[in-house]
Amino acid sequence: MAGARKLLILGGIALALLGMAYGMWYAIFLEHQELGSIGGTLAAGFTAAAERNPVAAQAALKRYSELKYRYDRHVDVHGHWIGLAMLLILLGIAYDRVEFSERIKMFLATGLLIGSLLFPLGVLFQTFSHDSGPRGLAVMGSALVIASLGGMTLGFARERRSS
Amino acid sequence: MGARRLLALGGVGLILVGMLVGDIFAVFVLHQNAARVGASLTVAAHAAAAGDSKAVLASFQETGGFLENRGTKVDTHVHMIAFGYLALMLAILQPWIALGENAKKKLAWTFLLGAGLLPVGVFLIHYVGLAYSPSESIGWASIAADFGGLLVIVATLGYLLGLGKWVQQKENLQLRDSLLEDRSLAGRTLLAGGLALLLLGFVHGAYYAAVDLYKHEALDFSLLSQMSVGAAANDVGMVDTALGQYAQLGGDKAVKIAAHAHAIEFGLLAILLAFFQPYVRLRESWKRRWAWVLLFGSLLLPVCVLLELNLGLLAGGMADVGGLLVIIALLAMWIGIVRYTGGIDGKVRTAEGVR
Repeated sequence: MAGARKLLILGGIALALLGMAYGMWYAIFLEHQELGSIGGTLAAGFTAAAERNPVAAQAALKRYSELKYRYDRHVDVHGHWIGLAMLLILLGIAYDRVEFSERIKMFLATGLLIGSLLFPLGVLFQTFSHDSGPRGLAVMGSALVIASLGGMTLGFARERRSS
Repeated sequence: MGARRLLALGGVGLILVGMLVGDIFAVFVLHQNAARVGASLTVAAHAAAAGDSKAVLASFQETGGFLENRGTKVDTHVHMIAFGYLALMLAILQPWIALGENAKKKLAWTFLLGAGLLPVGVFLIHYVGLAYSPSESIGWASIAADFGGLLVIVATLGYLLGLGKWVQQKENLQLRDSLLEDRSLAGRTLLAGGLALLLLGFVHGAYYAAVDLYKHEALDFSLLSQMSVGAAANDVGMVDTALGQYAQLGGDKAVKIAAHAHAIEFGLLAILLAFFQPYVRLRESWKRRWAWVLLFGSLLLPVCVLLELNLGLLAGGMADVGGLLVIIALLAMWIGIVRYTGGIDGKVRTAEGVR
């Protein structure tokens, strides 16, 4: 098996396992508690409003907003890691149809693997920090994924033409 | 039946059932449920404006139930399809898994059992709740779902070990596989169309993340704040305005995320099915037709979902037609795989025997 193909397939399976293990850990240890807190803080916000306490209402809704922000990202990380892993494996399987030199193929495969790891990792880091660092990591990762996939599509198109 | 065809049939079957569940859910549950969630939030906000905190809590308990009902059904749909994709991928990888056929079959059954158990468990969470549960927050249905997930992980790990063993056996590196050598027009059409759908979905997702995501999150908080401030001041007009905008925001978010997810999922599906065309025992002309039907449906659904906010039910109906086209094409291919007599499996087994 060529190096680039091996990198995509093994990297993809490892990423799928990471995404599944992360999803399972999240479902067992955090999700149920987090969902309960999301519902609780939203209800608390409106209950405080009913008790004519706008300061407490705002504080509860702010907390709700933060919890929801974290929950959405946890779920996105799980979904994107596994989704991108499947793409890596699939492209690895079909990689002999990409009509580029082995060096370019390795370059594209490495870009796709790194992007697929970094993009959800950047999203995960956003649950710890709202700074621009994690966001930049996610943007960089997704740009790497799109650029590498675009390059591979060109390679597949060349195979179609040559065949 | 070999492990490869078992995973192929199981995988396409899981995707078919997952899509049917999704379609039934979209037509009969999604919109009604969204309306109920919206109505509960309206009741809660009005109760807060009237200073009735007990009614607020009762209403949110009801909303929590509706959201759980919706969430578990979406998860059932999504996980069934995702496991179907994974089963197809593992089916493709079978010749590179350096394990005996019996071990591969056992892993395939373990995988399919887990892949069936997890969505069924998730679907039952809303109905079983915490009845007779040993835990305060996790019910038996969740435990069954988690066990299903564990079986999937174990089977995938088993295949990974087999793949690792194969990588170490240097003499096998040039193993040929008839499925991957296929260059039929139907297969090439599915591969090219799938890649195009993937890129479309990725670019749309990146655009959504850059332009809409943070705006939507900020708006979500600001509208809820507006509702609570209006309720605290007993300003029902302000509450109703915020509620209307909140419903619009929910719709906008839902269609954009659904379009992104469906374009990518259908792209992956098309690429996967490209590899299985040699297994589809239908005439070449029909294989090409079903490939085009699948790609057309795969494009129609996300595009129409995006147009739902502007065109309403017309676009929603067209999106359902797109989903139905994908299901019909998939069913046709599944029947083709069932009709397959085993020529390629025989070749693979012979090759493995020689090895």
